[in-house]
Amino acid sequence: MSVERAGPRNFRSALRRTVGAALLAAVALGPLAAQAGGPPTAKVNTTGLAVTDDTVKVGILHSVTGTMAISETGSVQAEKLAIKQINDMGGVLGRKVEFIQEDGASDWPTFAEKAKKLLVNDKVAAVFGCWTSASRKAVLPVFEQYNGMLYYPTFYEGLEMSPDVIYTGQEATQQIIAGIDWVVKNKGAKTFYLLGSDYIWPRTSNKIARKHIEKLGLKVVGEEYYPLGHTQFNSVINKIKLKRPDVIYAIVVGGSNVAFYKQLKAAGIDMTKEKPLLLTISVTEDEIRGIGGENIVGAYAVMKYFQSLDNPNNKKFVKAFKDMWGQDMVIGDVTQAAYLGPWLWKAAVEKAGSFDIDAVRKASPGIELKTAPEGYVRIHPNHHLWSKTRVGQAQANGQYKLVYETKELVEPNPFPKGYQ
Amino acid sequence: MFDSYSASELGAIFAMQGFAGLSLFSVFVLMALGLAIIFGQMGVINMAHGEFMILGAYVTYLCSHLVENYAPGLFGVYFFGAMILAFLASGALGMLVEWALIRHLYKRPLDTLLATWGLSLILQQLYRSVFGAREVGVTLPDWLMGSFNLTDMIEVPINGVFVMGLTILITLGVYLMMFRSSWGKQVRAVVQNRTMAGAVGINTEMTDRLTFGIGCGIAGVAGAAFTMIGSTGPTAGQLYIVDTFLVVVFGGAASLLGTIASAFTISQAQSTLEFFLSGSMAKVFTLLTVVGILMLRPQGLFSLKVRK
Repeated sequence: MSVERAGPRNFRSALRRTVGAALLAAVALGPLAAQAGGPPTAKVNTTGLAVTDDTVKVGILHSVTGTMAISETGSVQAEKLAIKQINDMGGVLGRKVEFIQEDGASDWPTFAEKAKKLLVNDKVAAVFGCWTSASRKAVLPVFEQYNGMLYYPTFYEGLEMSPDVIYTGQEATQQIIAGIDWVVKNKGAKTFYLLGSDYIWPRTSNKIARKHIEKLGLKVVGEEYYPLGHTQFNSVINKIKLKRPDVIYAIVVGGSNVAFYKQLKAAGIDMTKEKPLLLTISVTEDEIRGIGGENIVGAYAVMKYFQSLDNPNNKKFVKAFKDMWGQDMVIGDVTQAAYLGPWLWKAAVEKAGSFDIDAVRKASPGIELKTAPEGYVRIHPNHHLWSKTRVGQAQANGQYKLVYETKELVEPNPFPKGYQ
Repeated sequence: MFDSYSASELGAIFAMQGFAGLSLFSVFVLMALGLAIIFGQMGVINMAHGEFMILGAYVTYLCSHLVENYAPGLFGVYFFGAMILAFLASGALGMLVEWALIRHLYKRPLDTLLATWGLSLILQQLYRSVFGAREVGVTLPDWLMGSFNLTDMIEVPINGVFVMGLTILITLGVYLMMFRSSWGKQVRAVVQNRTMAGAVGINTEMTDRLTFGIGCGIAGVAGAAFTMIGSTGPTAGQLYIVDTFLVVVFGGAASLLGTIASAFTISQAQSTLEFFLSGSMAKVFTLLTVVGILMLRPQGLFSLKVRK
């Protein structure tokens, strides 16, 4: 009996010894291995972030359920693509980027709770996330209290400048002023009808638009707002017909968007005739999928990015995106801005030589990205991006055709003097 | 507001505005009819009404895709087939839901509110998983999306006329079924006194199931029709649910005539106010009026006289 038992016991202890030796070897070799890939962990992580010798954890925080899932899905896909590409290139400071994805569920308190979980429990080195201004406002105190870094992709109303956020989309003045200047100069527009969904972004944006239009000595002939989710626009379309503006300036969002453009078309307003001309800052290629290209053809959008942009960076990006997520995918402005997040973070970490939030924050201003699909971007000291503003005309196939872009990068100005 | 316009321009605008009001009216009636049957006749607070509508919209979307790819010659008329399929799909789902869920709750009407709300969340997530979180674009035949040019200035959207015609047809159908068929008699008997109806040999279970199914089916047709004017996405049903309940409750829950009268009142108020005020303010005043009238007449505009 004892002989028979000796075998397994010996085997087991032998196994234990081997494992022990292997562990010892790993411990001994560990620093060497890390040095081969990047600087030692103790040096790049002095604040207890989730950084090991070969991995670094980041968070992705978007809604994948609830009403906002419509819009935020593209951002999640872009961020995952960027992280995958960064890992394929060898990661950040020799460490593979691992993401923890949380669902904000289109509910602002949930966003705050998940943000806290990512920062406090998971100790992620950066968070890519949020879409609506409401969700950003909800997580802001969390990021400021626990010292995190958020890369926020959506074009938004401005009036914010947090040390804990990098805004990779455009703020309102970048998007609006260049667009209005273009329509005034190239289309001879004199009168405007401002229309929007009733919440902070359209209202703030239209305020800036109105100020700018009046500064140019031109006229706003109507300005109004409809509740989110409103689906009947026949009355306002009649009103627009009565006022005969040169430009309908529309910032309608969500399901209302689809209703608005379908009813505009059904009411006999052919946007390709440009009488009136329709200028929007709220319809990306993503939205056109729901609206239907044939219902919006001829409208102009002011964005910083269109999927159809003709440059090598963008061609590579569009191909990679479609290869990863499907050939029928479309890429809108925000999706591209979300894609910039991980790359900007990588560049800042590498410039700082550290994952520490404070170091990354200090390194961020001046970070430039020459590989951005939209072209060249640079982080301004106010944490927004210098970027070009572009005007595209909607085509029946659901894409925009570029008709204008600013010569220079437009400076972000989240607190515009004279526009508040 | 109207200076510097000629009389003919003003006439044209008011004609179009009148039409806008009528088309809003038919949209409201179409949304509310299904609910008026389910909530008004059966007393079930169906919070998933919007999701039944969206099922109809998704069926239309599938049809448009299939026809576009496999039978492009039929594209001009596929919409009619799509509406019938939408009716069948939503109706079948409705009957399934009645069998699995609602029939256990007839004695607890308030609980139907929670149960159907849960159902609406489940359906939304189901649509999201099957069709994706993004809105889908339903391609419609060109002839539906244009407008009639009555004069130089008066343009009447064809889809508005289409919805109007459809509404009249369905309202007529519901009226005939409820008040001129033996099934309608059975439904009304079951609503008034379930036990007695059973005692005289009416199959109350089957009547309930069919009623619920037809209510949901009409919601499906409404959803199919609304692909012309609204969006098709997993949560688009939520856009309609508030207005739908508003119309039914305001009209007096148990009265079909009430539903129509209330749809007319609300739609006219809203479209006129929207024209003279701005969008959000129009909504505020419409809701205030409804609340005011409901305070004076809690039973709604019309109500059945019953002994209590």
